[in-house]
Amino acid sequence: MSTDTVSNATSTPDVEQPWAELGLKPDEYQRIRDILDRRPTSCELAMYSVMWSEHCSYKSSKVHLKKFGDIPQETPAGKMLAGIGENAGVIDIGEGYAVTFKVESHNHPSYVEPYQGAATGVGGIVRDILAMGARPVAVMDPLRFGPLDAPDTKRVLPGIVSGVGGYGNSLGLPNIGGEVVFDATYLGNPLVNALCVGVMRHEDLHLANATGIGNQIILYGAKTGGDGIGGVSVLASETFAEGGPTKRPAVQVGDPFMEKLLIECTLELFAARIVEGIQDLGGAGLSCATSELASAGDGGMFVSLDKVPLRDASLAPEEILMSESQERMMAVVTPENVEQFLKICEKWDVQADVIGEVTDTGRLQIDWHGERVVDVPPRTVAHEGPVYERPYARPDWMDALQADGAEKLPRATTGAELRDTLLKLIASPNLCDKSWVTDQYDRYVLGNSVLSQPEDSGMIRVDETSGLGVAVSTDCNGRFAKLDPYTGAKLALAESYRNVATTGARPAAVTDCLNFGSPEDPGVMWQFSEAIRGLVDGCIELGIPVTGGNVSFYNQTGETPILPTPVVGVLGVIDDVTRRTPIGFTADMEGHQLYLLGETEEELSGSEWAHVIHGHLGGRPPAVDLAAEAQLADILINASRDGLIDAAHDVSDGGVAQVLVESALRGGVGARVWAPDGLDPFLFLFAESAGRAVVAVPRTEEVRFTDMCTARRFPHTKIGVVTGESLDVQDQFEVSLSELRETWTATLPAALG
Amino acid sequence: MKIGVVTFPGSLDDVDARRAAAVAGAEAVALWHGDADLHGVDAVVLPGGFSYGDYLRAGAISRFAPVMETIIKKAGEGLPVLGICNGFQVLCESHLLPGALIKNHHRKFICKDQPLRIENNRTAWTSDYDANHEITIVLKNQDGSFVADEATLDRLEGEGLVVARYLDENPNGSYRDIAGISNERGNVVGLMPHPEHCVETLTGPSTDGLGFFTSVLKAVVSS
Repeated sequence: MSTDTVSNATSTPDVEQPWAELGLKPDEYQRIRDILDRRPTSCELAMYSVMWSEHCSYKSSKVHLKKFGDIPQETPAGKMLAGIGENAGVIDIGEGYAVTFKVESHNHPSYVEPYQGAATGVGGIVRDILAMGARPVAVMDPLRFGPLDAPDTKRVLPGIVSGVGGYGNSLGLPNIGGEVVFDATYLGNPLVNALCVGVMRHEDLHLANATGIGNQIILYGAKTGGDGIGGVSVLASETFAEGGPTKRPAVQVGDPFMEKLLIECTLELFAARIVEGIQDLGGAGLSCATSELASAGDGGMFVSLDKVPLRDASLAPEEILMSESQERMMAVVTPENVEQFLKICEKWDVQADVIGEVTDTGRLQIDWHGERVVDVPPRTVAHEGPVYERPYARPDWMDALQADGAEKLPRATTGAELRDTLLKLIASPNLCDKSWVTDQYDRYVLGNSVLSQPEDSGMIRVDETSGLGVAVSTDCNGRFAKLDPYTGAKLALAESYRNVATTGARPAAVTDCLNFGSPEDPGVMWQFSEAIRGLVDGCIELGIPVTGGNVSFYNQTGETPILPTPVVGVLGVIDDVTRRTPIGFTADMEGHQLYLLGETEEELSGSEWAHVIHGHLGGRPPAVDLAAEAQLADILINASRDGLIDAAHDVSDGGVAQVLVESALRGGVGARVWAPDGLDPFLFLFAESAGRAVVAVPRTEEVRFTDMCTARRFPHTKIGVVTGESLDVQDQFEVSLSELRETWTATLPAALG
Repeated sequence: MKIGVVTFPGSLDDVDARRAAAVAGAEAVALWHGDADLHGVDAVVLPGGFSYGDYLRAGAISRFAPVMETIIKKAGEGLPVLGICNGFQVLCESHLLPGALIKNHHRKFICKDQPLRIENNRTAWTSDYDANHEITIVLKNQDGSFVADEATLDRLEGEGLVVARYLDENPNGSYRDIAGISNERGNVVGLMPHPEHCVETLTGPSTDGLGFFTSVLKAVVSS
């Protein structure tokens, strides 16, 4: 096929073009023609189609995401140095340090090819963090699968876990947390979200723009191959239809060794202060990097596509522009620094080539074999794509769903029944021990992991001398979000916020990964808009901004969308990581007093109990009181700093019972507890009311601790004592730690081998 | 007293090994795979990671790095060398130690806190431990299963060259539960688990790993 040049496009306006196959709608194609005042060349069509895909353009979500801008852009830790729109948000955490963090989805590729899909998901988010100027210091992966006993889960889960581990472990990044959740709606749509945290000095902050006319554009890292072509438009923006062609060729293949070299090489380039602007190549590859850099900079860029090093010499220019080959970065460098740049790349055995330069044309111009194949205004590709006001409406079934509460379902009443319920719950897939998964991740590398899974948050030491550190947690209860997406999103935020505070860190900023069904379904779009409204209101009330994130639509098989799953990641800052509060009851805590903070209500709808025991989902989710959450956080943070508590665990899925089991098994010491006066033992153990935590208080600090709670008028109830080798619920039942451990740990190995 | 830590392309635990050396009281020196000069170090650590992406075989390419030529030569003259995880693989590929490390028998990467018994406390890297000292340190590997032919295994056992053995469940299928071995002279030790992650309680499961680094300080001083 001969090359479709700009002059050819001008002279042959009526050529049929495959815009529909590339995922464009008729009006979108017409708009491209209007922008260019001619038909696009095939290269231009490729660029617009990938950049205007849902995944890259956020065309269905943009109008809603704008609301995040209503949240004040200050964090309790310090200034926001970069926010939404950059590769990742950056906040000042003091002592001259800044941290950047972001969570992204890699759902669809991971369903098609679990290992590579998950691996390249990790690789992509790590490059986003690197591109900000930061050294990546930790990852975590919120994962969601279909039922544990479904045959396809046995294909998808081991592959995804192995991919997350295989890539992250090879990069030398500790995996410090995340989630593993099972629900039937994820069967054909597993969710692979990947979060990365990076640390830098303030002066190392880099932004993705191409400024300075005459500056050189350098592509470095892996060579460009045929993998992942059209991944963005074909995979991320379409549902899987049964009987369709296999989409495996559209999944990218990762090489973590190359990425490790890319990280060290890039950090050395930053240290040499020779990088003017930088962008990683992820979804939409060169199309994205060139148009975004140009669009955010002086507006003009020239690229000679022949200079892109290829793994496969037969690639057409359209394919080179769309390729999603991994482990590539693009930098803007002044001409006098090019030589030093190339030398540093050579030291790390990283290929680097000058492929273009910043121009004053205001246009992105790309040549192939000396002929112009792209000549477009870059903003129209990168930032001024289509925007849809998708219709949205509260689904009719919501009334019936919310009317069908779990509070009316039969409950265990006797001690023996409560014991039986507890054992069934802790063995259930969502509440059981996850070490089958997390033992495949390196949590120790770099030597700064202060807390990692199964703790409430991961915590990383940032400065070895001062002890400054950050804590991160990700959470979402999709069942709550289904029952009420507004409240569900707030609950996800509240849980993540609480998890960070429980470890002693002050929550500072939010990233989110909004996983939903098809935006073309008004019901799904309503869930989405409600979830955003909940997050915005919640963040305003808690005083923490959203610094970045990602939207993943089309997570549905046929008519059935996934549970709305707005995964919320909260990052907190702790002045001294030696003050952190872990969850475990350890031998030195024998005799510590256990207090339940917060109020327990008759809230069972959407709970693990309703799910596991009754297979039920209906009613309204627990109420959320963010003012109380903020108060609880203050108590937990102050208690940690002042040494008033030695262990703390947030109460969420599975209720207080789950907390006691996890804390006892983590530290190896049991507890004797009792239901507080007036509270039904069943609700005490299994209700999932928000805004609660269990803390272990040394006897010597009990008065100071309760005085602090009293002074703040915060509900605090003594529920027992750390002791012995069993969980003893007085007047009800007792289970030995060994039986608890056996029950809790058996589930995943039995199912997965 | 200087402990050098080699960085190969794909080394991951080099920073941790340098920190551990410093915590033990040594001066940590970063050595580069492409530089044959050992910069006057008194002992060398080959750290964990996936050098050269473990392509071909774990450790197979690193073995040919310029720095390894010097290390192989100096090890023959008595320079204390500790290979941890990937470093152990490099030592086997370099024939400084016998045997080989193959994929874990369960085929998965594993990261856990592993109890070990130090069975030989006469090496340059283990003299600070008591005889049959039981310690718990981090184990994390993909290719951690130590294998050798029966005659070699018998010789290692007979000559007391098994430095550390796994306790409880064998985590990776290593023959005879072997976690670490040394050469006859006791200056070269290969160990699959990671002592460098166990030098402070804040970030590791124990401080049981510190002994490897304090041992070599004494070994160097006494020589």
